[in-house]
Amino acid sequence: MNIHAIKAIYKFEMSRTWRTLLQSIVSPVISTSLYFVVFGAAIGSRITEIEGVSYGTFIVPGLIMLSLLTQSIANASFGIYFPKFVGTIYEILSAPISPLEIVIGYVGAAATKSIILGLIILATAGLFVPLKIAHPFWMIGFLVLTAVTFSLFGFIIGVWADNFEKLQVIPLLIVTPLTFLGGSFYSINMLPPVWQTITLFNPVVYLVSGFRWSFSEIADVPVGVSFGMTLLFLALCLIAVLWIFKTGYRLKK
Amino acid sequence: MPIISIKNLSKVYPSGLRALNNVNLDIESGEIFALLGPNGAGKTTLISIICGIATRSEGSVMVGGHDIDSDYRAARSLIGLVPQELHTDAFETVWATVSFSRGLFGKRKNPAHIEKVLRDLSLWDKKDSQIVTLSGGMKRRVMIAKALSHEPKILFLDEPTAGVDVELRKGMWDVVRELRASGVTIILTTHYIEEAEEMADRVGVIANGELILTEHKAALMQKLGKKQLTLHLQKPLDAIPAQLDAHHLELKADGRDLVYTYDTRGERTGITALMNDLNAAGIRFKDLNTSQSSLEEIFVSLVHREV
Ligand SMILES: Nc1ncnc2c1ncn2[C@@H]1O[C@H](COP(=O)(O)OP(=O)(O)OP(=O)(O)O)[C@@H](O)[C@H]1O
Ligand SMILES: [Mg+2]
Repeated sequence: MNIHAIKAIYKFEMSRTWRTLLQSIVSPVISTSLYFVVFGAAIGSRITEIEGVSYGTFIVPGLIMLSLLTQSIANASFGIYFPKFVGTIYEILSAPISPLEIVIGYVGAAATKSIILGLIILATAGLFVPLKIAHPFWMIGFLVLTAVTFSLFGFIIGVWADNFEKLQVIPLLIVTPLTFLGGSFYSINMLPPVWQTITLFNPVVYLVSGFRWSFSEIADVPVGVSFGMTLLFLALCLIAVLWIFKTGYRLKK
Repeated sequence: MPIISIKNLSKVYPSGLRALNNVNLDIESGEIFALLGPNGAGKTTLISIICGIATRSEGSVMVGGHDIDSDYRAARSLIGLVPQELHTDAFETVWATVSFSRGLFGKRKNPAHIEKVLRDLSLWDKKDSQIVTLSGGMKRRVMIAKALSHEPKILFLDEPTAGVDVELRKGMWDVVRELRASGVTIILTTHYIEEAEEMADRVGVIANGELILTEHKAALMQKLGKKQLTLHLQKPLDAIPAQLDAHHLELKADGRDLVYTYDTRGERTGITALMNDLNAAGIRFKDLNTSQSSLEEIFVSLVHREV
């Protein structure tokens, strides 16, 4: 294991984060506050409670998940796309590092950043609504697993993308809609039965449901199922990443 | 045992272009090897494959006795690479980017070594500057510093002096000589032939993806070198007398110099016959000198013959 290399990549990526710290933190804090103002005030005045918790409290896990998914993908995809774009990838490819070590460095840094953001959003939310975390251990577990999984997913997008449009298109066309339709802002019990079934094909439902359960024990699907689906998606991403390195896909000339 | 051993190496890019065709080459430990060839010959492709940046289509490469695929860790940790293109980070400082490279190659921190490398490359006063603020020549030296940061046994320099001014180029060659003296093997490409002529122990010429020649520099120059014998005449000539036609002489310097070109490879150079004929024609000279063609002339004639 080339620990020095993992540390070097991780440190390099994190220093990019610290350099842009203000914008990395300010924008999610502002958008979270806006969500509370818009959703909390507008919808909250009509839906006062969902399954025994206030609407504001209900949407907190969904809001964090929303940021966690988009930030993880954005950080990791940019982290690997950028060296490809400017050519500094040559050094990574010529270094005595295994694919796994490269992934740990990049994905670890991307996940760290989005976990930090998730916690900041949680703290921001605490300013607006009362929070209670029923299962802190599971809460952190889901937070970390989701951040890692979607950072891996972002890494794959970053490798695949060969221009900036492609870098944006999957998050924009697939991930954001799935997140909004994944029960971040409502309980899927509120949907008509047909849609309840269709929704179960949306992987984000499992993440949000499990995460919400760790806060308030409200869940759309059993927490075990949520956990299993998260691990499944993690495994799929890992397999894809290993395949990329095995074949040199879009990394080597 | 050669430190790099390349066997039957071929590369076909996805576009179908055959950039390398059955290249066989051994690089000896401790030598400076200059790879020459026109644009698009395949020099960068060859280096990229050895360093793990490009895949190969056929053949095998061993570095320090390690296969570059199955034992890539051992192989790559021996190699420092300075690529042809200027690929640098922008907002990192010189110090940070060079330290990053050392870490990437699995070496523990060593500020004293990094300092020495930066000083040798006249970058010490720039160590805290962001890379975007540097000039092109400085950026190239930063890339060299990155390659040297992890104390490689083998150094690839793909046109290292492109865009570096004359004085700093000399400084860089001093660094290269010092590295060679400490046992580092150096493979470089360059379009400045005088550089190869001055620096290299051996020269390889590549054209259209084929290695058409590898030779010790001195041997190459001797083997392929044309020599010129210039006779400074006592009395200028208006024309070369017909009886000397067989020697294909040239008249230069307003008829004061007579130039004879001969091939050192030949069994006989024809000098004796020329002297006899000159004597017979009553041409006398006060001085003479010989000169050998440069590597550049050899190179140009080689490549033109092949293409
Ligand atoms: N990524 C690539 N995809 C397709 N063809 C490529 C690629 N890189 C290089 N080539 C082609 O391969 C051939 C060899 O290129 P290479 O860069 O190895 O030449 P070179 O000898 O380094 O030339 P130069 O002196 O200009 O640097 C060229 O015809 C080039 O167009
Ligand atoms: Mg080149």
